[in-house]
Amino acid sequence: MLAYMGRRILGMVPTLVIVSIVTFIIIQLPPGDFFTTRAIEAAMSGGGQDKETVKKMQERYGLDKPLYVQYWRWVSGFPRGDFGYSLEWNSPVLPIVLGRMGYTIQVGGLSLLFMMGVAVPIGIYSATHQYSFGDHALSLVGFLGLSLPGFLLALLWMFLGIIVLRIPVGGEISLKMAEQPWSLAKLLDYLNHLWPPAVILGLASTAQLQRIMRGNLLDVMGQQYITTARAKGLKERKVVNKYAVRVAINPLISVMAMEVPKIISESTIVGIVMSVPTTGPLLLRSLLTQDMYLAGTFLLFMTLLLMISNLLADIALAWADPRIVYT
Amino acid sequence: MSDLTTKSEELFELYEGLGDASEDLEPEDQTSQKSLESIYALSQWQLMWRKFIRNKVAILGGIVVLLYYLGGLFAGFVAPYTLSTRFIKYIHMPPQRIRFFNDGKFQPFVCDLDLTIDENLRKTYTPDCEKRIPLEFFSHGESYKLLGLIDTDVHLFQAPGGIVSLLGTDRQGRDMFSRVLYGSQVSLTIGLLGVAFSLTFGSVLGVASGYYGGWIDDLIQRLIELVRAFPAIPLWMALSAAVPPHWPPLRTYFAVTIILSVIGWTWLARQLRGKVLALRDEDFVLAAKLAGASDVRIIFRHLIPATFGHIIVVSTLAMPSMILAETALSFLGLGLRPPITSWGVLLKEVQNIQSIALYPWVFTPALAIAIAILAFNFLGDGLRDAADPYTV
Repeated sequence: MLAYMGRRILGMVPTLVIVSIVTFIIIQLPPGDFFTTRAIEAAMSGGGQDKETVKKMQERYGLDKPLYVQYWRWVSGFPRGDFGYSLEWNSPVLPIVLGRMGYTIQVGGLSLLFMMGVAVPIGIYSATHQYSFGDHALSLVGFLGLSLPGFLLALLWMFLGIIVLRIPVGGEISLKMAEQPWSLAKLLDYLNHLWPPAVILGLASTAQLQRIMRGNLLDVMGQQYITTARAKGLKERKVVNKYAVRVAINPLISVMAMEVPKIISESTIVGIVMSVPTTGPLLLRSLLTQDMYLAGTFLLFMTLLLMISNLLADIALAWADPRIVYT
Repeated sequence: MSDLTTKSEELFELYEGLGDASEDLEPEDQTSQKSLESIYALSQWQLMWRKFIRNKVAILGGIVVLLYYLGGLFAGFVAPYTLSTRFIKYIHMPPQRIRFFNDGKFQPFVCDLDLTIDENLRKTYTPDCEKRIPLEFFSHGESYKLLGLIDTDVHLFQAPGGIVSLLGTDRQGRDMFSRVLYGSQVSLTIGLLGVAFSLTFGSVLGVASGYYGGWIDDLIQRLIELVRAFPAIPLWMALSAAVPPHWPPLRTYFAVTIILSVIGWTWLARQLRGKVLALRDEDFVLAAKLAGASDVRIIFRHLIPATFGHIIVVSTLAMPSMILAETALSFLGLGLRPPITSWGVLLKEVQNIQSIALYPWVFTPALAIAIAILAFNFLGDGLRDAADPYTV
């Protein structure tokens, strides 16, 4: 197992190298750079910077060098934990990115919990009450969840929150709480702002999971060892919960692993709509201002997060299902 | 293939058996026996069609999709106004109700609106049904080009002397209904084109990967893995940020379509590779090889047609994600920009939450999108079930 993990982690390195090259090329694609973009922005509002200053700034930050030199300057800092300097925020890139990634992981993790917590019981109910009214109703709700993308749901939530419920929606924390030191009230307020994006991100995947859980459980319930368990005179509840669900739940782990990329990907746009500090809002801003090291590091870290979550899923699968052996 | 023949033999025996059984029955059941015989004579496509039309939800989805495309195609005719027609008198006007009976007589009309501005400068429109504006059908209005070719000025319905606005107006006093219709032209075709591009890359690379195997397969699979390593939306965002803002609309449109296909093809390629791996060892491929057919001929004449059913299903199911991706990008201001009007561009104008709270009807493009996505999903699910007509 350890050898397998080691090999998987080593195998990530070449992919990450190629990803970093591709990322660097992509963020260099737009014409101009941070300083020319800023000069244009300044010119639009009546101010201006002369070409001389822009040129000097470019020289100072090495933006006039050929691409491969700039790329090397960027990646050679990685081992030291130096991922470049954000020109817009006047700060090293790493702390900004890590902060945002942390929040993304919180939201994503919470939405995974939500997914499991909701999809599994619904799946069990649907399978044990197949073709009942409840089964059909839940399937329909699931289908709606599957069809509505995260950002539409986020918009809908904002709409409902403002018009129907008249509660403040969006943001990381209430304005009046932001300045205060940490306390129970602040924590509650923080959590109160954390769950809506998590639920919105989890809804689409919940529908997927619930369908698969239902199918799996129906398959398992038809197998002979279930009949044996029933023939022994076990209670139906015990047959379902102890015998069938345990087996039916295993494939869900790989399905969940497939949902993680979706969650990471959707979290950017949901974050922008609901103005919560996931990677989304800053990534968008850095792309628009061509703050290239920030944008590149965001892309790189999100890709890394995807790879790590895939690895974790494989390990979890092996842990949950002793029949799977990695060599 | 061999298991298809056994399956069809089984089916035939089943039908034979049913035929025997029906001999004992009343003579009026003879017709059902006939229809069973005719089922056996049907081609695979006809079987698929029979299975498909039994799925009511899928039919409903198909009809809605068709209506959407017809609406987009004849947007100029169905919409009472053009994209940029402004009614300065009716800014942020709520949707109007069409009343069909005027004094007991069938004559559709809308009520004129009275505008009051309160002390907070908030506009309130109250319908004044004393002033009735009758609707005119197939009458002349603003000129447009039907299907982009024919100059005409006939509109489906209009309210001469006033305004008819089924979905209200936006902050510039433009009719939302007309704008959503015109927006569907862009949004729906970008889905279609995006899927077409993805299909071209995906089917050629996927089929080649499955057919040749070996290092070609390895190379293509590594490429797919690399593209898939990136999270989709951030990659789309980064790529569309690279589209220069000064590009002409048509070029931006194509650039965005290609960006969407950059990820879309990998999914298709994976699916088709699996299908081709299964088909590669079938007898008909061997027969074609023995007959001296070249690889290219086998791929294009035998393998790709054999996966057609699958391709149609996969592309129908890929449409919603394409449409949504375009909407999301335009909504963020990274994809299409005005003057191109797509649903995403329309939604971008409501990004401001205040406008949703005050004028909820500007949110209707979201409704249009949601219905379209649902319809595509229903249709795709139905097609997926129908693509395998031998399972009952």
